Amino acid sequence: MLEIAIKGSKKYWIWLGVLSAVIGAGFLVYVDQYINGLMTTAMSRDVSWGFYIANFTYLVGVAAGGVMVVIPFYLHNYEKFHRITILGEFLAVGALIMCLLFIIVDLGQPTRMLNVLLYPTPHSMLFWDMLVLNGYLFLNIVIGWKVLEAERNQIKPPAWTTPLIYLSIPFAIGIHTVTAYLYCGLPGRGFWLTAILAPRFLASAFAAGPSVLILLCYVVRKFTKFDPGWDAMQTLSKIACYALIANVFFFACEIFVTYYSKIPGHMTHIDYMFFGLHGHNTMVPWMWSSMILMVTGAVLLVIPALRSNATLLPFTCIMVIIGTWIDKALGMIAGGFVPSPLHHITEYMPTINEVAITLGIYGVGLLVLTILYKLATTVKEEVRG
Amino acid sequence: MKKSRRSFLKAAGVSALGIGVAPAIQAVASSGSTPAALAAKTKHPEALTAHRWGMVIDTSKITDEVAENIVHACRKAHNVPDLNHEPDPEKYPKTRPVNHNQEVKWIWEEHFESAFPDKEDEFLAERFKELPFLVTCNHCKNAPCVQACPTQATFKREDGIVLMDFHRCIGCRFCMAACPFGSRSFNFRDPRPFIEEINPDFPTRSKGVVEKCNLCAERLAKGLQPACADVSEGAIVVGDLEDPNSEVRELLNEKYSIRRKQELGTEPSVYYIM
Repeated sequence: MLEIAIKGSKKYWIWLGVLSAVIGAGFLVYVDQYINGLMTTAMSRDVSWGFYIANFTYLVGVAAGGVMVVIPFYLHNYEKFHRITILGEFLAVGALIMCLLFIIVDLGQPTRMLNVLLYPTPHSMLFWDMLVLNGYLFLNIVIGWKVLEAERNQIKPPAWTTPLIYLSIPFAIGIHTVTAYLYCGLPGRGFWLTAILAPRFLASAFAAGPSVLILLCYVVRKFTKFDPGWDAMQTLSKIACYALIANVFFFACEIFVTYYSKIPGHMTHIDYMFFGLHGHNTMVPWMWSSMILMVTGAVLLVIPALRSNATLLPFTCIMVIIGTWIDKALGMIAGGFVPSPLHHITEYMPTINEVAITLGIYGVGLLVLTILYKLATTVKEEVRG
Repeated sequence: MKKSRRSFLKAAGVSALGIGVAPAIQAVASSGSTPAALAAKTKHPEALTAHRWGMVIDTSKITDEVAENIVHACRKAHNVPDLNHEPDPEKYPKTRPVNHNQEVKWIWEEHFESAFPDKEDEFLAERFKELPFLVTCNHCKNAPCVQACPTQATFKREDGIVLMDFHRCIGCRFCMAACPFGSRSFNFRDPRPFIEEINPDFPTRSKGVVEKCNLCAERLAKGLQPACADVSEGAIVVGDLEDPNSEVRELLNEKYSIRRKQELGTEPSVYYIM
């Protein structure tokens, strides 16, 4: 089936070339970071995780969002998702590969990363995160590939894929729950120390994942002969809508608990993010933009006439994606680390190097996604004849 | 941890025997023991031991000068880099500019409201607002960093000291997020150019690993007091918290003391006499 990937139009090859250039540039910057250490980043003693872990967290959400097509199709036989299920699974594959790369570039000693396997440590949440992320990646590759292959040969997928598909559902919930547990089980970080964090992560994931998928459907419609189906895209936008509303609601719950109880250790982080603290206000415009984008996105998605406007929908999805990205990527890092446990304020904005490496990783993700989507759409075109 | 090291040493000893190096080693070593047994059991006869090590800091005895000496002694004993140190241009010709937010420190001075943010009080006695408070790793009984570390590179010894294996650390910095006291530093760059004078008795670190106070475990093993206690003019006392007759317990019995962020339940082993 992989042979499909090496037969493409001129545009396809130009696109792959552009991505390779971005990846290559990112890789060169990474070589510098590898040689000189994480000094090339803006991370610090106080803000010890930065852009890499921020994007990691966000993309775990995008990967988990794929389950929003798997559940309706496989558990509820929702036929309209038949055509896009494979797109959801392959999106998860691309997102997970980026997640793993973000972890690797964040390590101070990447050559030692197998120590996590050599000294398995069940009391560390990172150990579990490693297990569920790799497990979910493996499941999606196997399921996606086998189901697509069967479709190409016009036979039923092998019976053993069914239990794997069912297994992939708790794994999808698991990857984001455990990723939230990385943060919310730490005693000294008031902003993260909240039981709503895992539900909030899932809610924002189920808004971001389907929004990305809708955008990808538009791309597929424009560049291939395969049509994922407008009805399927509309159902996706409804899922994104209610998940987004849940995310904003969960955040409102957090705000109530924090500001009604007035416990300083919890208030000070949100104060910093939304109002600035002692003159430090880098995050303020970002956080308000995030809120405006998410609320506007929810309004545009909840009103049927606006949701079903095919010209408006992609812009709404972009708003949701950017809003949830600021909320979960930038906000999670800034809110957690500023102010520090000693109430010092060290602000954080990534260096050019960090941004370049990040773009390189997004390049890898897009490359994987392009190839997988090419396979999927070509097979589907073939079958439809 | 201990066991795996011991079995490694045993295995190393056996293989040494296997390749016939044993006679040579035995000739050097004292008679009667295999090298493996020696490595596993040798303990300095004067080594200081405790059931649970703890530290008591008498804040009234810490002046700016004493605090400075303590910080300096710790840096010297453990090859802790000082980013203010100008690297030797001959040895390290192409050193990039320094980001001081990426500093490394094991013990350092803070103001009261930073050391005890939960006890911040606008009507606090004036003298406390000016006093230097020394903060360091608390060697918590329930250490969140030990729980977070995915490779057991950070581990807790039976005597309560939270130690680090610099060779196992993968540099994920989960421990830094987990520590509620900001006691951990990451080597964002090669620290060696920033060490004024390398102490050959303690390893230097490589870039990409986390480090923190080790309560001078290497000095206690030789029967020496921790470097900070040594130069503190009596302000820092280190001893066995579980021995009711120890000096630390006597001090805690006599005077009112507080610990940092007690409400988190990590059970810090560093006490501050007020």
